[in-house]
Amino acid sequence: MGQTFSEKALGRKAGKRVRAGDVITVAPDYYLSHDNSSAIIGEFRKLGLKKVVAPEKIVIVLDHIVPAADEKYAQNHKTIREFVAEQGIPNFFDIDAGVCHQVFSEASFALPGSVIMGSDSHTTTYGAFGAFSAGIGRTEMASLWATDEIWLRVPETLRIEFSGRLSPGVYAKDVILKIIGDNGADRANYEAVEFVGPAARDFSLASRMVLANMAAEMGAKNGYFEADDKTLEWLRARAKADYEIVMSDPDATYEAVLKYDISTIEPQIACPHAVDNVKPVTAVDGKPFHQALIGTCTNGRFEDLAIAAKILKGKKIHPRVRALILPASREVYLEALKKGLIEIFVEARCVIVNPGCGPCLGAHEGILAPGEVVVSTSNRNFKGRMGGRDSEIYLASPATVAASALEGKITDPRKYL
Amino acid sequence: MSKGKVWKYGDDVNTDVIYAGKYTYQQMRPEEMASHALEDLDPEFAKDVRPGDVIVAGKNFGCGSSREQAAACLRAAGVQAVVAKSFARIYFRNAINLGLPVLQSEEASKNLKSGDDVEIDFGGGKIISGEKVFKFPPLPDSVIGILEAGGLLEWTKKKLERAK
Repeated sequence: MGQTFSEKALGRKAGKRVRAGDVITVAPDYYLSHDNSSAIIGEFRKLGLKKVVAPEKIVIVLDHIVPAADEKYAQNHKTIREFVAEQGIPNFFDIDAGVCHQVFSEASFALPGSVIMGSDSHTTTYGAFGAFSAGIGRTEMASLWATDEIWLRVPETLRIEFSGRLSPGVYAKDVILKIIGDNGADRANYEAVEFVGPAARDFSLASRMVLANMAAEMGAKNGYFEADDKTLEWLRARAKADYEIVMSDPDATYEAVLKYDISTIEPQIACPHAVDNVKPVTAVDGKPFHQALIGTCTNGRFEDLAIAAKILKGKKIHPRVRALILPASREVYLEALKKGLIEIFVEARCVIVNPGCGPCLGAHEGILAPGEVVVSTSNRNFKGRMGGRDSEIYLASPATVAASALEGKITDPRKYL
Repeated sequence: MSKGKVWKYGDDVNTDVIYAGKYTYQQMRPEEMASHALEDLDPEFAKDVRPGDVIVAGKNFGCGSSREQAAACLRAAGVQAVVAKSFARIYFRNAINLGLPVLQSEEASKNLKSGDDVEIDFGGGKIISGEKVFKFPPLPDSVIGILEAGGLLEWTKKKLERAK
């Protein structure tokens, strides 16, 4: 009987053959945390230990409220910097780096076959590189720092096979929204999701990151793409450690197999207040809104900004709309700057926000007033997430958000192709 | 067995409405955290919740962010357990790690209403409301040790002591 990727990747760490449902204890390759590291430090101190067990496995990226929006956040950051120095944690990224998932990937901690734990729900993103990566809570992270061990249940796997080719104006974001809309926000609860098939290989790494990132919105423990030539090319310039590609066996057992011909998918939008409340963009075409947000760990990479810039070039966004551009990292920002995208955005009357999480979680840098509506490329549209309790969040692709920003109302991007 | 009243909610109660992102990166005392519990779902909850009360919800309770305060704020508010048809994965782990019992019962989820009197027999695996009794499956062995130790931190402390 064959094994799934997750069974193999976790089995390697556990040092034995495992099956879905087994509970095992493993020492992950890396563990990621962000601004919540200050709370983790608090929990760690309660354990009465002086030193973390494996400082080289800890990766900390300040991204959630950067630069610090007030004194409390500033104190959190200070606590973290002091701890990093005290413990000799080599992999620390301060407020200039960007969103943790992008930074972690660029620094190539996300290696095929590796096991990564992160105290952030979108840790699933590294499945784009063929890694096993899952979100955990703060107390668990403190315990990991103290013991370098965590218990995990080996997940069942939902396999999603892609065929066909995307139509013009349709992107990875539309595909994952369609899947979540069709199957529900808990379809993959506790499960691994493998994105496979010929069309999965056609996705760029940036697009794979969109799908793996939003696997979390189906409840998944981890998302996964097979590492291929594109992955190896990315790693060639970046990988600092050895790795071994791990893939599912042809006769592995799956909880279910879903098939999607992606050529039939049209632009999608998740409507308030649930990520699985998905409709074709045409169903809400013409809905007026106040703020556009293009960026975040979901859709803030260069290819996303390039799609938006192509639509916005030489035009002005609608006078009633505020448009925020939130590059996922310093590296992305710099590339966008060098290639002239930032100029296009500023000319179009967009506001460039420093790389980070800011408005996506309603922390700062573009909070909504009660009753306001945002159309965003981020990954969650829960009630009140980006500001006032009565505000509304629509989630869509960078193309849909850019086209909508020009018109001041939700707009099918295909008319701008 | 302690008694309380039911607070009933629907499916997919997410961590943003349980504990808003704007509070997540502030360090708060438990009573302060409790005062913001479920703020964006039910503003009455934090005002009227009493120790021993039970939250009953539908499927996928706690979906969304990994923020642990979404479990901690309910415990701080005195909630003795959350009963749901199903729980989101990270929420389930966080709740166990913080000592907030999370109990799966589709029948209880379907039949209990806001305001019902309820008591929970943890040892017997029963949720009791008047004449009605709902069973819940025992928690996995792997997590019982953590709950018995009083949460993951205590469990880890004991483990570290044993290793010495």
